[in-house]
Amino acid sequence: MTRMTGAQALIKSLEMENVDTIFGLPGGCILPAYDPLLESSIRHVLVRHEQGAGHMAEGYAHVTGRPGVAMVTSGPAATNLVTPLMDAYMDSIPMVGITGQVATGAIGTDAFQECDTVGITRSCTKHNELVMSADDIPMAVRVAFHIATTGRPGPTLIDVPKDVLENEMTWYWPSDDEVKASLPGYRPNTKGHPRMIKEAAKLIMQAERPLLYVGGGMLKARAAEVLRELVDLTGIHVVTTLMARGVFPDSDPLNLGMPGMHGNAYTTTAMQQSDLLINLGARFDDRITGRVGSFAPHAKVIHVDIDPAEQGKVRKPDVPIVGDCRLVTEELVKEIIALQEGGVAQPDLGPWKSRISGWREQFPTTYEQSEPGNALKPQFCLEQLRELAPEGTILTSGVGQHQMWSSLHWKFEEPYTWVNSGGLGTMGFSIPAAIGAKMGRPDRTVWAVDGDGCFQMTAQELVTATVERIPIKVALLNNSYLGMVRQWQEMFYDERYSEVYLSTEYPDYVKWAESMGCVGIRVESPEEVAPAIEKANSINDRTVVIEFRTDSNEKVFPMVPAGRSNDDLLVHPTQTAIRDRLA
Amino acid sequence: MTAVNPKGSSLNHHILSVLVQNRPGVLARVASLFARRGYNIYSLAVAPAEDEGMSRITIVVDVDTAPLEQIVKQLFKLIDVVKISELDPRRSVERELLLATVRVDVEHRSQIVELATIFEAKMLAVGPDAMTVSLEGHPDKLDDFEELLSDRGIVELQRTGRVALPKLDRGAHLRVNTPNSPRGNTKGTVR
Repeated sequence: MTRMTGAQALIKSLEMENVDTIFGLPGGCILPAYDPLLESSIRHVLVRHEQGAGHMAEGYAHVTGRPGVAMVTSGPAATNLVTPLMDAYMDSIPMVGITGQVATGAIGTDAFQECDTVGITRSCTKHNELVMSADDIPMAVRVAFHIATTGRPGPTLIDVPKDVLENEMTWYWPSDDEVKASLPGYRPNTKGHPRMIKEAAKLIMQAERPLLYVGGGMLKARAAEVLRELVDLTGIHVVTTLMARGVFPDSDPLNLGMPGMHGNAYTTTAMQQSDLLINLGARFDDRITGRVGSFAPHAKVIHVDIDPAEQGKVRKPDVPIVGDCRLVTEELVKEIIALQEGGVAQPDLGPWKSRISGWREQFPTTYEQSEPGNALKPQFCLEQLRELAPEGTILTSGVGQHQMWSSLHWKFEEPYTWVNSGGLGTMGFSIPAAIGAKMGRPDRTVWAVDGDGCFQMTAQELVTATVERIPIKVALLNNSYLGMVRQWQEMFYDERYSEVYLSTEYPDYVKWAESMGCVGIRVESPEEVAPAIEKANSINDRTVVIEFRTDSNEKVFPMVPAGRSNDDLLVHPTQTAIRDRLA
Repeated sequence: MTAVNPKGSSLNHHILSVLVQNRPGVLARVASLFARRGYNIYSLAVAPAEDEGMSRITIVVDVDTAPLEQIVKQLFKLIDVVKISELDPRRSVERELLLATVRVDVEHRSQIVELATIFEAKMLAVGPDAMTVSLEGHPDKLDDFEELLSDRGIVELQRTGRVALPKLDRGAHLRVNTPNSPRGNTKGTVR
């Protein structure tokens, strides 16, 4: 019988869960938990703002598939963690938040740094729990990790009062059975219904204009290999949503890339014209569907999702399959092989494929290179970055135009190399996520693409990167504006620019980067782009920030205006004259 | 967003009997789910169930705000929710309790007493200018009683919200929600 404090039990429980990294910032109520950390094998990364800790945990989870852990104190620290928790909830990222809480006797008295953390985070976690006894800590930790990583992954939170951390308990580690027994209402279904899978295989073998509509669920299920098998078997084109970029190589001609509001014109159009959407782990997000009533009107739908509530939430599927994307796709492959061996053949997909190639040739996702002496085109900077990126580079992004350009112009060749905030659209995600990703994959080069608006929200974490020696690289596309908002005001508010101009002079990003211990480089002309990137790639002991001064007029095309049908998408201005060929 | 509608007696109301683990905050989880997703509740009643550590929440939902299937699936995502049964009003017994204090002087008291007698309500307290009555029964009956009482001037009224269980005759069927079925719904039978 080993006696220990709740704090020791907490850290020991995290070790038992194979946690190697905690992102956090100590404070009053969580203090007891920081003491045993000194003896622990766990690496703690001291952040500059608790939001950074949360996004780092997410970045870590994105690239490793293991839950990221953020530990912060009570009150304002817990509320600062709310944004990353919601972000992780929207994007189904496994993450465990640990917050300090005022002592049990003080709960409800409006004590110093008290807040109702469990109440506040109820709707932005998959599950949360206030631990009221030191004896309960190991079970609470096990349950939090179990729930965060199984079924549809997501964030969980454990709120631990200070006296619970200080009190003594007798150590025990609950068994799997005990964990299961404590959760009678939690039985995620991973195996798809065999009859539904048969039905899906039949539909796939009949479809004349099928598309694989692949979402983040395939990455969560680690199903890239079986996706490859399915594509090789059927020859069906793959659409990779913003959350699924990397699950299938962009160099494969069957990959159509990102669809939707800022998706490739040929990708969005192919979905509109499809007669069968095979949705693997995507959720018919509004950024994909446009106006739901006119989305892919001719398509039957097979929907594979581990979350039963996603079935029929937006689009009623013809064949709903609740289950783990990898297990279901494996079964689907078996069924298709069985049908093929039984002599069933797909219709000739030739006409459909040639339509897609036609759209693709005539409506490539494009931009116009800037005239000499004019500001840089952000797409050009990204293309150069991609050209020169070491193999296996992980790309993270903030939210806005630079995010869409990254998804459109980067070529992803392997899974878990793209980290971004899709569902919540959290500006400032890029830098802390990159630091978390670098902690998870120290062997990889991590480039954080950022906008100037985003950069100013979380740049302080570059101090963390420097002090903790986690070298990342930042490509700051500085167009002096909140670019995406500016684009909407230009296009839909008669060029009435309201509160979107940040500044062309301030801050001085090079000086700022240098003051945080980074190498700062400013790039203003096209010929400087490649040398700057090469220099950045050659520096591996410090974080490098390259500020690219980019054209503030540049807009993201294609675009489906909000609330409109995907049939109404706006192509790049240079393609407007032939717009009617897109049908 | 979530409004508690005054009457739940529309013909197509749906009753969900939700078995939950009796953990701190479980009611808040259920209530905030309805608020967060914009679903409306007609009534909600909660009390410990037959199994130790479990509570049963009876919710009458307004399916005009969201399809019932989506409400059930979202509810089932709550970790503390163990079982959801959708009770068909035609195949369930439903009960509710009403307490009302009515303004009435001595002269007209007999009219209230008469009404109470017809409805088999109980008279709980009588004062010089008011009386308190209680009525237990089917929610529709309570609606009628309340309407007649309101003509007399109700000072205060409290209804419990309905509770319901499946009827026992001929093994009444109810839909039981389990996570293992393709759409999260299968037919089950009452024990």
